[in-house]
Amino acid sequence: MEQIPASIWTLTAGVVVTLISFWVGHHHGLLPEQASEQAPLVDNFFDIMLTIGTALFLVVQGAIILFVIRYRRRAGEEGDGLPVEGNLPLEAFWTAIPALIVIFLGIYSVDIFQRMGGLNPGDHAMHSMHAPKSGMAVVAQAPSKTTSDATALLAAAQPPEIGIGASPDVQGKAPDLVVDVAGMQYAWIFTYPDSGIVSGELHIPVGKDVQLNLSARDVIHSFWVPQFRLKQDAIPGVPTELRFKATKVGTYPVVCAELCGGYHGAMRTQVIVHTPEDFETWRRQNQGIATAPVIPSLRDRHIHEMGVTAELVAQVEAIAHDPSPEKL
Amino acid sequence: MAQAQLPLDTPLSLPEHPKAWKWYDYFTFNVDHKVIGIQYLVTAFIFYLIGGLMAVAMRTELATADSDFLDPNLYNAFLTNHGTIMIFLWVVPAAIGGFGNYLVPLMIGARDMAFPRLNALAFWLNPPAGALLLASFLFGGAQAGWTSYPPLSTMTATTAQSMWILAIILVGTSSILGSVNFIVTIWKMKVPSMRWNQLPLFCWAMLATSLLALVSTPVLAAGLILLLFDINFGTSFYKPDAGGNVVIYQHLFWFYSHPAVYLMILPIFGIMSEVIPVHARKPIFGYQAIAYSSLAICCVGLFVWVHHMFTSGTPPWMRMFFTISTLIVAVPTGVKIFSWVATLWGGKIRLNSAMLFAIGLMSMFVLGGLSGVTLGTAPVDIHVHDTYYVVAHFHYVLFGGSVFGLYAGIYHWFPKMTGRLLDERLGILHFVLTLIGTNLTFLPMHELGLKGMPRRVAMYDPQFEPVNLICTIGAFVLAFSIIPFLINIIWSWNKGKIAGDNPWGGLTLEWTTSSPPLIENWEVLPVVTKGPYDYGIERRQESTDEDHDEEE
Ligand code: HEM
Ligand SMILES: [Cu+2]
Ligand SMILES: [Cu+2]
Repeated sequence: MEQIPASIWTLTAGVVVTLISFWVGHHHGLLPEQASEQAPLVDNFFDIMLTIGTALFLVVQGAIILFVIRYRRRAGEEGDGLPVEGNLPLEAFWTAIPALIVIFLGIYSVDIFQRMGGLNPGDHAMHSMHAPKSGMAVVAQAPSKTTSDATALLAAAQPPEIGIGASPDVQGKAPDLVVDVAGMQYAWIFTYPDSGIVSGELHIPVGKDVQLNLSARDVIHSFWVPQFRLKQDAIPGVPTELRFKATKVGTYPVVCAELCGGYHGAMRTQVIVHTPEDFETWRRQNQGIATAPVIPSLRDRHIHEMGVTAELVAQVEAIAHDPSPEKL
Repeated sequence: MAQAQLPLDTPLSLPEHPKAWKWYDYFTFNVDHKVIGIQYLVTAFIFYLIGGLMAVAMRTELATADSDFLDPNLYNAFLTNHGTIMIFLWVVPAAIGGFGNYLVPLMIGARDMAFPRLNALAFWLNPPAGALLLASFLFGGAQAGWTSYPPLSTMTATTAQSMWILAIILVGTSSILGSVNFIVTIWKMKVPSMRWNQLPLFCWAMLATSLLALVSTPVLAAGLILLLFDINFGTSFYKPDAGGNVVIYQHLFWFYSHPAVYLMILPIFGIMSEVIPVHARKPIFGYQAIAYSSLAICCVGLFVWVHHMFTSGTPPWMRMFFTISTLIVAVPTGVKIFSWVATLWGGKIRLNSAMLFAIGLMSMFVLGGLSGVTLGTAPVDIHVHDTYYVVAHFHYVLFGGSVFGLYAGIYHWFPKMTGRLLDERLGILHFVLTLIGTNLTFLPMHELGLKGMPRRVAMYDPQFEPVNLICTIGAFVLAFSIIPFLINIIWSWNKGKIAGDNPWGGLTLEWTTSSPPLIENWEVLPVVTKGPYDYGIERRQESTDEDHDEEE
């Protein structure tokens, strides 16, 4: 008599927990819009972990609450509980189940990471095309006295081997667009080596294979677009890359995610994902000249609020307004 | 096994036969492990209050999106010192230095630690470290976060940064000295009648903790000394424009600091394994599994540090290797949680403050542990690294998993330490406020991080303002939750109900001496006749003869 209701209860609880977990895993609404090829991969994986996690949480939490209520000491009650010290099959069970879960998650995460391009930074084909060009541009900057330029030099001279690289479908191919991204306190400078455009915002065409070569001029910064689910540190002296395809036209925030000084929180700009036609228009309009929409506001913000030296701002503006290497 | 006698031969410069300590004994270079334990606990708690004030100031700043309450550089100085103080001057010293020193000799039937003077020295390295951190505010305060990555740390507020480094080296030295002492004490000084499988689980945890600290702390010290040289003496270990590499620092730092989270959590797990069986009136479920899982966590824990560097300068193979090793740590951790939950099953649970905090810890830690699993996988970590999701995760682990455990320990052993009971009504109020405050503050942060709010920012995108406001309100609830606790401690220490030697009916050796214990712990060393968690076993044996009840 006792046994049957108990197992029915367990079964019902199991079904309820499973249903709730699946519901939570698919309706949590915790992640922002998906705007890159990588985003759905990450999100699916997160959803799976959230589903498993919710189930585990409900089971453990449920057990705790159930036991605390059921086995609490009632008024006037004396003595000790049942002296149960262990149960080998049970212990083996709850060691094996989590072990299986984490092994599954581990293997799955390697697979996701591979599909994101995480295993192929520094994919060869693009270097032969790109590296010499950007290398030259930076060599021309070298005479400048500041040490930070030397790090930019270092960063651009060697191909990035760290970051998110080509996803399997574009592996071995050169990217459609290469942008050099330099982080500095407290701005991102985007340089387009093939058109000479320098900008404070990132403009890219939708559906095209874009590669960002990240470098840092002063301290570590971290380039993050939440809607792309991609993040990579820009490290002084260590070139890194991010390669991705944006999948949705729109404007998304670019956030600096690594503490880089007092105004780290203000180091924000945006990435504008254009249709290919709009991108061509933007490129034609700005070819040769540098648009730097963020620079005027940068100047105000830096000098008036952020206490950054005027030389630094001058340096940024020099790069922004006059990208031709000879003049630097 | 004459080692148990060792401290007797050591001439102790102590007063003849005082019944209790005088207040001023706590301000001296006292060599008694109990005095040192309380010195650690009280000092750590004071630092907790200071670190907490910084947190409240930070949360006040974050109530609105603009930087309008604190100057951004001051915000970063608070951020850095809050994190540093909470880890290096609160959780670690309270758990290892405080409970470890107080309890280990009592639990193994020793008269003191193996090296009492070294022990006192280790404690007295802490106050100057705290003073250095606080004094650094006069020089602008260290700005680079508790991780102090170069080049930021070599460029900003260099005097304050050097003071920060010296402070960490002081506490690091303290922890190395303490670890040697614990290992020798546990190894050599337990009473001969105690078998290894009768060693209380807290002592197993301290053993694992000390081994881990011995291996990892010197690496941190080395990394920081190089940083100090870079800042002050013109070397360029971490300066990229002179041939250095900033990523090397991250490896050295995290090789220590990941294990450091286990340094915080293992002793707390030890406290849990003591508190739960006593109040659930049940033998701990899976004694051996709990003891060995501490050692397993300590071994695997040395090979997971790169999960802090997935978005940094990490080659792909490393990201994969460290994803897998990180996930594996979840298994021994899970084993512990399941064992505690199973200990509750069939118990006669006393829901007093100590037990409530212990149960609260289990619930909160499960959530922190699960979000930790998601962070351990490279694909998800790349999205949420350095965001508020991480802040939520580690506060669940550190607040829910460490602070709740420390409170459980305080409610549990306060009667032993002072001879008086804490007031239960205030204790329960304290628990309820803390539980609400912690969840209100840190639960919404998961969403903030996933949606795009980076951490360590004094100003943020206005779309995150409403959720941040909830977190700030929670932080105020947490701040107020301390008040009943403080009143309780101060009032009960003087006027609380007399506890007696063994108010909870515990079976570990510390409950066999008087409360508070004598200067050398026992007149006659105790003899171990039964296991540390044999609750209910005697009753089962004797229930045939007569109704026996070992409760007081
Ligand atoms: C009183 C409740 C607490 C509140 C309201 C609080 C709040 C905060 C806030 C707002 C931050 C900044 C997060 C960021 O931007 O990265 C922070 C960071 C941190 N907190 Fe807490 N905290 C509390 C308690 C604790 C406790 C008890 C611990 C540890 C035992 C702790 C350890 C840390 C650490 C390690 C950091 C990171 C500091 C850094 O990134 O340099 N906090 N806390
Ligand atoms: Cu930045
Ligand atoms: Cu930043």
